[in-house]
Amino acid sequence: MAEITLVEAVTLALAHEMEADERVVVLGEDVGVNGGVFRATTGLFERFGPERVIDTPLAETLIAGMSVGLAAQGLRPVAEIQFMGFIYPAIDQMLNHAARLRRRTQGRLTCPMVLRAPFGGGIHAPEHHSESTETLFAHLPGLRVVAPSSPARAYGLLLASIRDPDPVVFLEPERIYRLGKEAVDDSGEALPLDVAFVLRSGSDVTLVSWGASVRETLLAADRLSADGIDAEVIDVATIAPLDMTAILESVEKTGRCVIVHEAAHNVGVGAEIAARLADEGLMSLLAPVKRVTGYDTVMPLARLERHYLPSVDAIVAAARESLEAA
Amino acid sequence: MSLERIGKTADRRAAPTRTVARFGIRYTRFLDERGRLADDAPPIAHDHARLRELYRQMLLTRLFDRKAVTLQRTGQLGTYASSLGQEATSVGIGAAMARDDVLLPTYRETGAMLLRGVEMRELLLYWGGDESGMDYSGPNAPREDFPICVPIATHAPHAVGVAYAFKRRHEPRVAVCVLGDGATSKGDFYEALNAAAVFDVPVVFVIVNNQWAISVPRSLQSRAETLAQKAIAAGIAGEQVDGNDLIAVYDVTARALERARASGGPHVIEALTYRLGDHTTADDARRYRSEEELALWRARDPLKRIAAYLIRAGAFSDDEEAELRAELGRAVEKAVADYLATPPRPPESMFDHLFERLPRALEPQRETAAARAGLDGHDADARPSHDRRPAHDAPRGDLHHG
Repeated sequence: MAEITLVEAVTLALAHEMEADERVVVLGEDVGVNGGVFRATTGLFERFGPERVIDTPLAETLIAGMSVGLAAQGLRPVAEIQFMGFIYPAIDQMLNHAARLRRRTQGRLTCPMVLRAPFGGGIHAPEHHSESTETLFAHLPGLRVVAPSSPARAYGLLLASIRDPDPVVFLEPERIYRLGKEAVDDSGEALPLDVAFVLRSGSDVTLVSWGASVRETLLAADRLSADGIDAEVIDVATIAPLDMTAILESVEKTGRCVIVHEAAHNVGVGAEIAARLADEGLMSLLAPVKRVTGYDTVMPLARLERHYLPSVDAIVAAARESLEAA
Repeated sequence: MSLERIGKTADRRAAPTRTVARFGIRYTRFLDERGRLADDAPPIAHDHARLRELYRQMLLTRLFDRKAVTLQRTGQLGTYASSLGQEATSVGIGAAMARDDVLLPTYRETGAMLLRGVEMRELLLYWGGDESGMDYSGPNAPREDFPICVPIATHAPHAVGVAYAFKRRHEPRVAVCVLGDGATSKGDFYEALNAAAVFDVPVVFVIVNNQWAISVPRSLQSRAETLAQKAIAAGIAGEQVDGNDLIAVYDVTARALERARASGGPHVIEALTYRLGDHTTADDARRYRSEEELALWRARDPLKRIAAYLIRAGAFSDDEEAELRAELGRAVEKAVADYLATPPRPPESMFDHLFERLPRALEPQRETAAARAGLDGHDADARPSHDRRPAHDAPRGDLHHG
C-alpha cells in the first residue's frame, strides 16, 4: 500500500472513479494538461482524454452551472474551483439550482455533482487564496458540505461524494495537501458521508474540528495527553447536513467541548454545533462550550496569517479553560 | 452565415490599420402585419394543417394565460407571469423542437411548455404554490426538460452542460435555452455563449426580446444595435427574427436546430416580440410605458396575423375560430377544476426530494413539521379547495427582471 499525500489521494479517488464509472467527468480551469493548479488532476487528461477531463473557459458560474446541466443529464461531473476565494460566482448556481433541482422537480431531475475547492490558509498564498467560508454553503438546504482531514479520508469521502446522488461541495484543506503521507489502499471503498469520525478517544474533553485544523487539534490532544488530560478528537467531515450523534455521545462522556475552525467566529459552523449542544446536550455539559476560531476580520495576508489560524497553543488553552471551569 | 471573416491580405504594402473581420445580422420575416406571405416562404407556410394546429396551440396559450390572470385576480392563484403577445415566439420554438430535445425555459414560455406536453394543471399548480407542478407527469411529459428558471439567465450555463452531455453520448439532440432581453446583460449569458462555442455543443439560445425587463426598456438594457450580435463576440452566429410571425420563428428555429443537430454547433436567435401584459400580476406596466406603444404592438398581434393568413388561404374561418375557442375554453376550465381540486400536500412533504434519502440529521425537523401542523390546525387538507386563497397568503413578491 503506497504512502501518499492528501492531494495525491484526491487524484487517486478521481482516477479510480473515472475508471469505474464512465459517467464521471472532471472539469475546471487548468484541470487538463496542467493537472490543476494544485496538481489534483495530474495524469487524468492523458488517461481519460479531453472529453472527460475538460479545461473550461475561465468562468466559475459556467463551471458550476454547466455541471448542473451535465448532472441533470445523468453524468457525474466533478468540477474544480481553483481556490475557495473564487467560488463565490458559483454560489448562485449551487444555491438556486444544484441544491434545489431535485426538490423543485420532485425528483424528476437530479444533480449528482461535486464542486471541489481547496480552502483554508497557512500556505503563504496571495490575497483571496486562503479563505474558509464553508458556512456559506453549510447554510444552504439541499447541499452536502464535506471536508476531509487526511489522505485516507480524502480518498474515501471523495469517492462517496462522487457516488452520492445529490450535490456535494467538497472542500480540500490546502494547508495539509502535502503535509504528511498516509498509506491509502486504492480499494474503491468509500467512507460514509453524514457521519463524524472519532480520531482519538478520550474521556476528559471533546475537541471537534474539520479540515486542516484537525491537524492542530490532534497535536493539541497530544500535548494535553502529556499532562494527563485525555482528549477525544472528532473530525466532523460532513459539515452539512450536520449529524450531531458522535459529538453528543462524546460530550455525554466528557462533559466538555472545544470547537476548532479556521473560519471566522461569527456564525461559523462552530456556532451551530454549540447551539445544538445547548439544545440537545446541555445536561451533559460541565463547562461552557469553547470555540477556537479565526477572527471576525478579513483573512490577513501571509505575514499575519499564522496569528489568524487556530494554534495548538490556543486549542490547549481552551481545553484547559474548559477543564478548569468546573 | 452572418459571420464573415476577411482573409489576410497577401499585399505586403497593406495599410497599417485594416479590417480583419466583418459581421452582419440577418433579420427574417415571412408574414407581414396583415398576414400577407412573402415570396420566398418556407414549406411550413404551405402546410396549412400544421399551421392550424400551431394556431390552436397559440390560442390555447392565450386562453390559459387569460384564465391564469383571472384566477390570480380572484385569489385562486399566486403571482403569475403572463405571456400575452409572445405566443408566436413560444409556440414557434416549441414546434420546431424534436420530442427528445431539451427545453430550458424561463417563466414566460407557457406556449412552448404546453406544446411539449406540460399540462395546464401542472402550470397552475406551480404558480399556485405546489412544486409538483414541475414534476411533469402527463402522458406526453417532456421528462428531461428543465423546470421554469426564475433567476435571470442562470439556466444558460445548464444548457451548455446538457448539450455537452448530448455531444459526449453522440445523441442527435439539441438543448434550447430561452431567455429574455434583460438576460443578455448578465454574465451568465456571456459565459454560456462563450463556452458553448468553445465546446462546439448543440445548443440554441433564443433571446425573447419582448422590449421590457419589468420597467427597463430595451434601450436602457444595451446600446448594441441588436441583441443577436452578442453571439458574435463568442464566435457563434446570431440572427433576428420577427417574433410575432409564427412562420418565421418556426423556420429560423428549425434551421438552427437542424444545424446544431448536424454539426453540433451553437446558435443564437433574437426573437423580436412584445410583452402585451404586465411583467407579472404583481406589476402595473402603466407606470412605465405608454398607451401609444401598447396600441402599436396590439396591432401586431401574433394570433391575428397567422389567423388572417390562414383565412385568406381558405384554410380557416371565423366559425371555426368560434368553435375552437369554445373547445379550448372547456379544456382550460377542466384544468382549472383539476387544479382547484388538488389538495395541498402535507407540511412534512417539504422534506421530500430534498435529498434522495433524507439525512438522519434532518429527520427531527421533518417530524416537527408534521407535528406542528397538527397542533396549529394548519392542516388545510380538510378544507375545500376553493376556500384556499394562496394569493392572499402569499407575499406580493414579484419576479425579478423581464
